[in-house]
Amino acid sequence: METPGFLEPFVGRWTKRHLLDLESLTSDEINLLLDVAQAFKESTQDCRHKLPLLTGRTSVNLFFEDSTRTRTSFSLAARRLGADVIEFSASSSSLSKGETLLDTAKTIQSMCIDTLVCRHKAPGTPQMLAENLDVSVINAGDGPHEHPTQGLLDILTIRQHRGDLSGKTVALVGDIAHSRTARSNIWGLQKLGAKVIVCGPSTLVSRRWEEYGVEVSHDLDAILPRCDVLNLLRIQFERQYTRPFPSVREYALLYAMDQKRMQRAKPDILIMAPGPINRGVEITPEVADGEHSVILHQVNNGLAVRMAAMWLLSAGRAS
Amino acid sequence: MLKTLIQNGRVIDPSQNIDRVTNLLIEEGRIAAIDVEPQSDMKVIDATGKLVVPGLIDLHVQIREPGFEEDETIESAAYAALAGGFTSIAAISETNPPVDSAAAVTYLGRQASEADHCNVFPVACVSSGRQGEEMAEIGILHNAGAIAFSDGQRPVSNPELLRRALEYTLMFGRPVLNRPEMVELSRDGVMHDGSVSTVLGLAPMPAEAEDVMAARDIRICEATGGKLHLLAISCSGTVDILRRAKDRNVGVTASICAYQFALTDLAMRGFHTSLKLNPPLRSQDHIDACIAGLKDGTIDVIASGHAPRSSEKKMCAITEAPFGMVGLETALGLVSTHLVHAGHVDWPTIIRAMSTNVAQVLGVEKGTLKPGADADVTIIDPDANWTVDTSNFRSKSFNSPFGGVQLTGRAVETIVGGLTKFRYDES
Repeated sequence: METPGFLEPFVGRWTKRHLLDLESLTSDEINLLLDVAQAFKESTQDCRHKLPLLTGRTSVNLFFEDSTRTRTSFSLAARRLGADVIEFSASSSSLSKGETLLDTAKTIQSMCIDTLVCRHKAPGTPQMLAENLDVSVINAGDGPHEHPTQGLLDILTIRQHRGDLSGKTVALVGDIAHSRTARSNIWGLQKLGAKVIVCGPSTLVSRRWEEYGVEVSHDLDAILPRCDVLNLLRIQFERQYTRPFPSVREYALLYAMDQKRMQRAKPDILIMAPGPINRGVEITPEVADGEHSVILHQVNNGLAVRMAAMWLLSAGRAS
Repeated sequence: MLKTLIQNGRVIDPSQNIDRVTNLLIEEGRIAAIDVEPQSDMKVIDATGKLVVPGLIDLHVQIREPGFEEDETIESAAYAALAGGFTSIAAISETNPPVDSAAAVTYLGRQASEADHCNVFPVACVSSGRQGEEMAEIGILHNAGAIAFSDGQRPVSNPELLRRALEYTLMFGRPVLNRPEMVELSRDGVMHDGSVSTVLGLAPMPAEAEDVMAARDIRICEATGGKLHLLAISCSGTVDILRRAKDRNVGVTASICAYQFALTDLAMRGFHTSLKLNPPLRSQDHIDACIAGLKDGTIDVIASGHAPRSSEKKMCAITEAPFGMVGLETALGLVSTHLVHAGHVDWPTIIRAMSTNVAQVLGVEKGTLKPGADADVTIIDPDANWTVDTSNFRSKSFNSPFGGVQLTGRAVETIVGGLTKFRYDES
């Protein structure tokens, strides 16, 4: 299929083979991804229509960690572009028989695939695969390191609701230490000119982020009046040995976004959460379902962002 | 009677404060004399432009046989040692079963003897089964030939056990080699705790894990009067603590791994499993403190930290990969490049840290070119430019982050007991 008109302006502008993180992307590259995602969204009625742009190509979802929304979103994005999709789970693979990760990936590569979407609990695994394989690798979350498409869809959501990010203040609240979403947000938002605050208990929010131009706060009530956007991150209990705060009750008291705190916020504050959300811990149900919440918009934007990434890495890339 | 004259080399022997260009005579496997003129009955080795030093000794070599022969055998480790310029190695048990019996010590010695490469000194476990609970049969192990006691990479966490071990080994005059790491602080850590680990999301190994344990170990050493050697230190805090202990004449010594001087934690940005090391690559401020410690004698020994791992064990996610890199064949080149040629320390300091002091720590009659000593000699070309080619390693494993890296300085001839056991062939 010929490139449809709405994508013509973007052809040949992307040069990278992989999408591993947002830290290494330029602001132009991030804007290109966002623009293509927006174009997909506008031209395909919220991505409902299929566009056979990647017909004959094959995308493999190589997921070593449980995932519902991200895996589904990548699968759907590939199918909407006409690609074949293979689902691959670590538990049903030869990894359980002792094969090395790299050998497993090379075996899959030899089946003439084009894109590998990888999620793994260990930081750097998608990068390791990218260095050793000849296919495009998309990082679908590598431990607490990065989750670039999640970062992009968060930023796209903010852009859709608040326009240019320059000068906007975005607070990431919660478990920054174990959050890949936080890291992708930090790089992406800062590159587009936003001010980023990370907020949460001192055991989960390192002062070292100040070295990277990020404001660090442990007092949500103090920063709230300055924030245009609040992105409430899940506490990743599964990645912690010792609980970094005395109790969930205490955490909720200090950091949960509730109706009372909403009174302190700007009237047009945007409430986001990358999900899955722990209702009553990071966010109360009234706020999660309230008028300021754009949580479901984020999920919807995920499809457009992943279509954009897959198309740019395959058909839209400069030869 | 075989006589070998090493001619015109810069002979550096810290044990005698010798540093001059001269000739060294070897006769019947022993050092015979220096400043000897060549005679017709001597075999002559031309060492012009080279360093002639007491054979290098490595006190931190992980031995993986028995149990993990896919990583390394005693034979391959001893061969790799020769290629790196080491005439002796202290073999620290990372084996299965552990070296906690006389039979295991004897086996190690026999395998080394059959290999007939370099000297291999067995280091036996401090605790039975390296479990860190009960003291091993240290007297029996000593009688079988163990020259030191260590649970290797597994620190002696139980302070009572360490206290007893330091007291008990006093009877035999043997040191306890302990890795100072409070594992509760570094559990599941992958890299140095710093701004780089913050960005990468890799679990951190804080410097305090080493500092706190080192302070504890030193205090126990001071109380017992035992002979403690801290293996593989890496942190500025530990250097400070050590320096103060030495000012009080505590019987503690310490070593550092050569790789610590070559890279900082910034290298972890590549997520390569070959860089997953324990202790981890530290930040520049820690490296600077360690260099200062080496210069003023706070740090006694430079070791290779040789930890071979077969390729398949490193072909995985970084969190699942085992720690360690092969080090025997790159240690001298790294030190030469990053310490000597970088202008931080001179060659006598290096030779002291890689030979003379090591012999003293281990209590072995090595590390000297005094007449009558075993003729263990390393000839070093300090200006040799060479590129690390892991496929040429004598070690069975290739897990080195330095493949393709150019280094300056290497061993060109390794002589053990008067016999040339390794000669570097540039071709």
